Amino acid sequence: MAKHARRATAESPIARIALIGVALVFLFLFLLLPLLAVFAEALRNGLQPFLEAIVEPDAWSAIRLTLIVAAISVPLNIVFGIAAAWAITKFDFPGKGILITLIDLPFSVSPVVAGLIYVLMFGASGWFGPWLQEHDIEIVFAVPGIVLASVFVTFPFVARELIPLMAEQGRDDEEAALSLGASGWQTFWHVTLPNIRWGLLYGVLLCNARAMGEFGAVSVVSGHIRGETNTMPLHVEILYNEYNFVAAFAVASLLAMLALVTLVLKSILEWRFDYHRTGTGH
Amino acid sequence: MVQVNGGTVALGGQQIDRSIAPRAARRRRSVMPGFGLTFGFSLFYLCLIVLIPLSAVFVKTAGMGLDRFFDVAFSERVVASYRLSFGAAFVAAGVNAIFGLLIAWVLVRYDFPGKRVVSAMVDLPFALPTAVAGIALTALYADTGWVGQYIEPLGVKVAYTPLGVVVALIFIGLPFVVRSVEPVLDDLGADVEEAAAALGASRLKTFRRVILPAIAPALLTGFALAFARGIGEYGSVIFIAGNMPFQSEIAPLMIVTQLEQYDYQGATAIAAVMLIASFLLLLLINLIQIWSRRRMEG
Repeated sequence: MAKHARRATAESPIARIALIGVALVFLFLFLLLPLLAVFAEALRNGLQPFLEAIVEPDAWSAIRLTLIVAAISVPLNIVFGIAAAWAITKFDFPGKGILITLIDLPFSVSPVVAGLIYVLMFGASGWFGPWLQEHDIEIVFAVPGIVLASVFVTFPFVARELIPLMAEQGRDDEEAALSLGASGWQTFWHVTLPNIRWGLLYGVLLCNARAMGEFGAVSVVSGHIRGETNTMPLHVEILYNEYNFVAAFAVASLLAMLALVTLVLKSILEWRFDYHRTGTGH
Repeated sequence: MVQVNGGTVALGGQQIDRSIAPRAARRRRSVMPGFGLTFGFSLFYLCLIVLIPLSAVFVKTAGMGLDRFFDVAFSERVVASYRLSFGAAFVAAGVNAIFGLLIAWVLVRYDFPGKRVVSAMVDLPFALPTAVAGIALTALYADTGWVGQYIEPLGVKVAYTPLGVVVALIFIGLPFVVRSVEPVLDDLGADVEEAAAALGASRLKTFRRVILPAIAPALLTGFALAFARGIGEYGSVIFIAGNMPFQSEIAPLMIVTQLEQYDYQGATAIAAVMLIASFLLLLLINLIQIWSRRRMEG
């Protein structure tokens, strides 16, 4: 335990400082600098143009749509995540491994392909295209398509956080509650949910960040109608392509702040509640 | 446990030990409720959101005929985009394997001020929307940017070149390697390192011969995850890539280009190639995990 005597399994102080230095320089160059650049570019011409870009009506409607999309897709994936984790960890059935792999599948699909598949399903020449047109229902190039694409890309977040956590906790608590006469729902609300709340919150945080920030998948199904089907990331792209850099970075800085808040909350969960993440998040 | 119980039951004959009774009963019928509901809903939702839409890619591809498929999915311009996407993802994953390992090592083994903040920072690419990362990196590496203005006079052009694609994919992939390697490095017992040191191995030799083999599966997993993510990445890349045909077009961009020309077949054919590539990678990652689990147990 003595810190002054160098152990045989420790590096020399010089090597240690050099390794820490290289790691920090790499992180500064590749992670911190881009983050700083967002805020620097947004405030390049001072506070006034920054604020104007944010309160502008198209920016507002993009913010509103982003919040709506997250408010629909995150709860859907929470329900799915809990249901899937319950089925997988509380019961034994053949093909469990395949089911877990399939749940992770959306993470290995390119966001652009994630958008394309809904165009193939619901687009004008898609499987359900003619029927949808007949009934005057718009999915692709409208809000429902954006929600579907967001649900797809955030599909695994809650489930993959809960499955290892609930597997580790086992079935004993629930079995005790059930044998004492609690109903299934009571057991879930009063036993399971308190047990998994931090893991659930962790998954929801990551799910929400991705839902609000998704670009590729949403870009394919959105149709890019200003003020109507533009989410915040898409609005950033439009402004940027119009060489309206300050406005693009101003809206981008809101998304960067969302990312920072997500990281802070995530870190608080990890430190304060000693919640250890169980897998590699995406 | 099961064997012991079985033994008791066999010994006692008809007299079943009281402590075993619930266990035996559970084996017949689980007391846990909700299997039908949760399993049914999960499967329904999985099919509705993921499996059926994904199958559309293959059904549509199968309907277009082999000649047409090869014409669009392997045209010269599209092949160039695969080369860039796979090549840049490979290089970026390689850079991340080296520096990700170094960062994981520093975070697990050393103490330094601000370590918690640094550790939280590593997850930034998971939290920052890709489009934001894309325009920020472009601003940094453009000829007037904070980094670009110093490296362009040296003849290194990053923005609007394939090198820019690599830089964006380094940003996106770094946490995959760090978060894969960290827990394994943390679990590594000091005893093997002490044994190596006691036998006279230098620190570098211990690392190469003892530590590196132990963390190899995790490092390989991190590499594969970063590589898989890099192939499909779109938002962070398109701004910095420049998107010059045959030079700096990535494969996902080719899908978008086809879609913009209302060539759904073309887009679908390229998507099918990319999906097969990601499925193969997913299989590989699962195999690495099985291999590492066997090694841990063996």
